[in-house]
Amino acid sequence: MIKAVRGFFHRHIDAMRDGSTALNERYVITKNIKNILSTLFRVVVIVGICYTILAPVFGIIANSFFSNKDAYNPMVYLIPQAPTLERYQMAIEILNYLPTMFNSLVYALFLMVLQIFICSMVGYGFARFKFPLRGALFACVVITIVIPTHTIMLPLYMTFRLFDPFGICTAIFGHPLSFMGSTTPMYILTLFGCGLRSGLYIYIFNQFFRGLPKEIEEAAFMDGAGTWYTYFRIMLPNATPAVITVAVFSMVWQYNDTFYAKLFLIPQSQSIGIRISSLVANIANQYQIMDKTIQNLYLDAGIVLMMLPVVLIYVFLQKYFIEGVERSGIVG
Amino acid sequence: MKKHRLSLESKRKVNGYLFILPWLVGFIVFYVRSLFMTVEFSLSDLQMDVVNGGYNLTWVGLKNYIYAFTAHGSFKQILTSSVLNMVVDIPLIIFFSLFMALLLNRKFKGRTLVRAIFFLPVILNAEAILDAIESATAMVATGVSASSQEVAAESAGIGMAYYIDLFGSLMLPRSVLDYIVGATDRITSIISASGVQIVIFIAALQSIPSNLYEVAKMEGATAYETFWKVTLPMITPHIITNIVYTVVDSFVSSDVVTLAYNEAFTNYNYGLSAVFSLVSTLVTCGILLLICGVITKKSSFYN
Repeated sequence: MIKAVRGFFHRHIDAMRDGSTALNERYVITKNIKNILSTLFRVVVIVGICYTILAPVFGIIANSFFSNKDAYNPMVYLIPQAPTLERYQMAIEILNYLPTMFNSLVYALFLMVLQIFICSMVGYGFARFKFPLRGALFACVVITIVIPTHTIMLPLYMTFRLFDPFGICTAIFGHPLSFMGSTTPMYILTLFGCGLRSGLYIYIFNQFFRGLPKEIEEAAFMDGAGTWYTYFRIMLPNATPAVITVAVFSMVWQYNDTFYAKLFLIPQSQSIGIRISSLVANIANQYQIMDKTIQNLYLDAGIVLMMLPVVLIYVFLQKYFIEGVERSGIVG
Repeated sequence: MKKHRLSLESKRKVNGYLFILPWLVGFIVFYVRSLFMTVEFSLSDLQMDVVNGGYNLTWVGLKNYIYAFTAHGSFKQILTSSVLNMVVDIPLIIFFSLFMALLLNRKFKGRTLVRAIFFLPVILNAEAILDAIESATAMVATGVSASSQEVAAESAGIGMAYYIDLFGSLMLPRSVLDYIVGATDRITSIISASGVQIVIFIAALQSIPSNLYEVAKMEGATAYETFWKVTLPMITPHIITNIVYTVVDSFVSSDVVTLAYNEAFTNYNYGLSAVFSLVSTLVTCGILLLICGVITKKSSFYN
């Protein structure tokens, strides 16, 4: 932009020096003004929106370092005068941070691997095979995206409270199994392609596989590769952009999810989101800190701790990720 | 005896079914069955059987529906306000994300960084984080302590009323003004709700073949005309994708869902909760069908 401004003035001054502001010159000047204005407009809008997104995040981070004195001092704004790490100390203790974080990440990671395998398989099946009812079944995939999960939350709760599909569990164990209070329901749902936003992932994979050239598979077939071999050794490695997209999405959304965690009463030690939601109540009960302002400072510290791994993953993968989203045709 | 062998075509058919088998089973067991169960629950009185761990259903017909629509205190208001919020937000989010995608699609320095920032809200979409961000937005605008909030409120110098007056004298109708003021009020939530939509639009813009633009340029179309005649028709299908995504996304976090959840797990009134879920889902699907129908009818694009 600076270059554009400088260029504009140089040309302007040159034109004046010559004393001959020809029609052509005037055209160039107007065009330059237009360019500068549009660049300026773009910069202002982008900076403004980036500010709106980033400001609260910085606010949270700054808050988490405030001491009690700073919180009551009207002159303190964003930069604490007497910074303290006490909020973090307390938050780490109450959240039981490291073990809970480890558990949540492992949980999200396992589910992510499952999602990638199942959803890519189903997406590939829809993209490359012709079978009766294919169109209708794919419409059902879209329906699972559109129907909000809360419509079926009650039946899901009932189903997993006494898990006995077609009497299989009764036949083996003699009684139906109860999966409440564990992560098992989530694994089962994901295994059958009905996990958190699985429909969307199936859709992404389907779009991506459709975009790959058919010749690859034909070549593999001519060389004697079977369908499954082709899928695992040729198609899946070729789908890296889609895999990265789905990996980040499913990892992050699973990690952030509290809906399923609450529905299936997943224990606190497995989900940091649940612990965060009871952090304030814990602080009020255990330490008798009743001031809302101070409570929020602890909450902010907890939130920073929760965001940390996700943001780190995002920073490392963001280049591949955004490229992946754009190339994998999340688009219809 | 001749061994029976499948032809290549039917082999591929079988393989196709094998590939989608996990999803198919899950869909039937967890989705179709659950939908039927929800309808059944909504038509009956459900009592948890504490001793055996199961539940008992007593058929009550449409009682739950009648109760929800005539006697329940807040269901109708919450449903209407949720749906209204959604309908109000859809055009805002779609226009905003289209606008941003057009801006970000140009090449400029620091584009990767800007895109990373724009996608940040999608990454930070946990309930707890969203709540904290909301309160932090207020904090950043004013300051953390109570007294500094008072000071900020007095000295902000931006009288909203003044601007409303200013635009009011432009002869804009009051309702339009209220809409715009409301939109700027919720700018944070609109921005954070449009991360995925922006990316979808960027991908759509990049998939438009460049020769169309070349032709438009050769024929002497201005940038404005190019946008209306080339860009917009080419991305109409993605507008529909985005609307679907927006509606579903805003519905999942709406007040009706909270109401249904609380009715079931705080008040243990499962039948009523099922009614809430079903009615709100039907309303949403109706809106979706309506919007998509209108858009496909209004726009004729050739591919």
